[in-house]
Amino acid sequence: MESVLIGVDQSDASTRAMTFGVERARRNRWKVLVVYVVNWNPFGFTTPEDNEHRSAEREKEIAYARTEIIAPMVALADEAGVECEALVHHGKPSQVMADLARDRGLDLIIVGRVGDSGLREAIFGSTASRLVQHASVPVMVVP
Amino acid sequence: MIALVPAAGIDQAIDDVFGPFATWLESIVFFAVPIAGTKVPLIVGWLVVCGFFFTIWLRFLNVRGLKHAVDLVRGKFTRADAEGEVTHFQALATAVSGTVGLGNIAGVAVAMSLGGPGAAFWMTLCGFLGMSTKMAECMLAVKYRKIRPDGSVSGGPMYYLRDGLAEIGHPGVGKVLSYFWAICILFGALAGGNAFQSNQAAAQIVAVTGGDQSFFADKGWLIGVLFAIAAGAVIIGGIKSIARVTEKIVPFMGVVYVLACLVVIVVNIDMLPGAVGAIFAGAFAPEGIAGGIIGALIVGFQRAAFSNEAGLGSAAVAHSPVKTDRPATEGFVASLEPFIDTIIVCNMTALAIIITDTWNDGDAGTLGGIGLTSRAFETVLPWFPIVLAFAVVLFAFSTMISYSYYGMKGTGFLFGDSRLAENVFKVVFLLFTVLGAAAGLKAVITFSDCIIFLMSLGNILGLYFLAKVIRREFDDYRAELREGRIEVVAPEERIGGSST
Repeated sequence: MESVLIGVDQSDASTRAMTFGVERARRNRWKVLVVYVVNWNPFGFTTPEDNEHRSAEREKEIAYARTEIIAPMVALADEAGVECEALVHHGKPSQVMADLARDRGLDLIIVGRVGDSGLREAIFGSTASRLVQHASVPVMVVP
Repeated sequence: MIALVPAAGIDQAIDDVFGPFATWLESIVFFAVPIAGTKVPLIVGWLVVCGFFFTIWLRFLNVRGLKHAVDLVRGKFTRADAEGEVTHFQALATAVSGTVGLGNIAGVAVAMSLGGPGAAFWMTLCGFLGMSTKMAECMLAVKYRKIRPDGSVSGGPMYYLRDGLAEIGHPGVGKVLSYFWAICILFGALAGGNAFQSNQAAAQIVAVTGGDQSFFADKGWLIGVLFAIAAGAVIIGGIKSIARVTEKIVPFMGVVYVLACLVVIVVNIDMLPGAVGAIFAGAFAPEGIAGGIIGALIVGFQRAAFSNEAGLGSAAVAHSPVKTDRPATEGFVASLEPFIDTIIVCNMTALAIIITDTWNDGDAGTLGGIGLTSRAFETVLPWFPIVLAFAVVLFAFSTMISYSYYGMKGTGFLFGDSRLAENVFKVVFLLFTVLGAAAGLKAVITFSDCIIFLMSLGNILGLYFLAKVIRREFDDYRAELREGRIEVVAPEERIGGSST
């Protein structure tokens, strides 16, 4: 059975990617891995106050991602009767997704073209284009 | 009434009140004993002996563990469950940005003007010994940290003194020492972490805007008010973005500062052997230095301790929220702090001042502090002091923000997280920002030194009590490391570590 990683966030493009991916998965009997990555840099500079609350903040970020981002996406897969696993990670989105696809031997990565990080991505390039450049498996970008 | 004092006289009026107060405090706190004809303040002995003790007690782990410390910071031992948590790198970077401040730039200049080039040698030795002290205190801060019901993590001397000493059967002593330290950090936050920072940042702003002719000359208080507004926006107004931006720019400015020092050194590269020779000669056979060897040693140690804060316990607060299940790991990482702060950054300042021979200028003593570093920079490029001014303002500001946080942790411990107490502290803190900018360097530095001594008093006493606990923790960890029970995490499993 082939499996596909679908990278999601809160953007419309990501919902489109999920809808597209779930439809292909249903037709081809693929397994779906839904992944949301909280942008986080282990070498980023933080204030002492940030550090004090970091652990609690992380829990909140994960809880929020599970209910607000992952749950609606998993619902889409369930509706279509597609087998689906969901993961929330912290790190650099393109890197985490590429690593997951490689380590788990997945066959394809599907992501939306424009994520929800707006201006910053516009200046520094998007997760999608980084994935296209670096991932070791084929990447499908949904407009 | 302040309104009746003419504007130009406000600085003088503040100094007139603050100066005698600082001198009075000095006479009480600083008990100096005469050794070989020179008065040695006990603070110096207290800090040095502690550094020596832990360096030997931990069998030179500060040197032997250097590589392991770097590996930890690079994330070689960070497991996947630490994803999204505070990393060793982040804990170290946060602590360093609180530590690297005006002590590295202005404090070192003071040491050069009073103790000559030899002071740099003693400063470096103090940094080396400080690595051991820092190792011990930061390990304890992680071991005895508190995780509150809301998930926030706090640690520091107040907790390891109270709970660590209780654990080994001295709850009474622990309680006294922890409260004493918490009170001291309140004042430490006001003095070295605040007043001294704004004092020297103000001095440099005056210098680059025209010196005596500057609009700001005699208006240090005005610069202080501006600093207080910016700091107030963060600590009272809760505008965290200012603090976050500062945290991001400070490391960059640190690199710029070190590069600027290197430029000064490279331009005078033919003088380098002479400068290094002067450091060694000055350390053991100083000429024209008050107090000879001991005089140079005292200022070197004093200013290095002021800069790297080893034994004070302040940085332990910043190291405590790191994600690790082995407190020893953060001990190793923390040992890098005096290395970066004193052995690298302080020596850069020292070399820039020695190599340009500015320490030898007739007015070096009166110029003091930041003015001397600025002059050393100026000899190479006339606009360098402006770069210095930017660096100084940022270093000062980030140190103030860090110390306001340390002070708040002290208030929280003393008054059970009372909002009122925290707010009172914040207001007093900002008042001292203004006070520091207005008062003279001597008064501010005397006041700061007194507080440092008081902070180290309780903290170091506690470290001695906990010496066995400290050694056991490091020994156990190293044994596990040797037996391979603590393994290097494979590159592809490191968080954010592998490249794709």
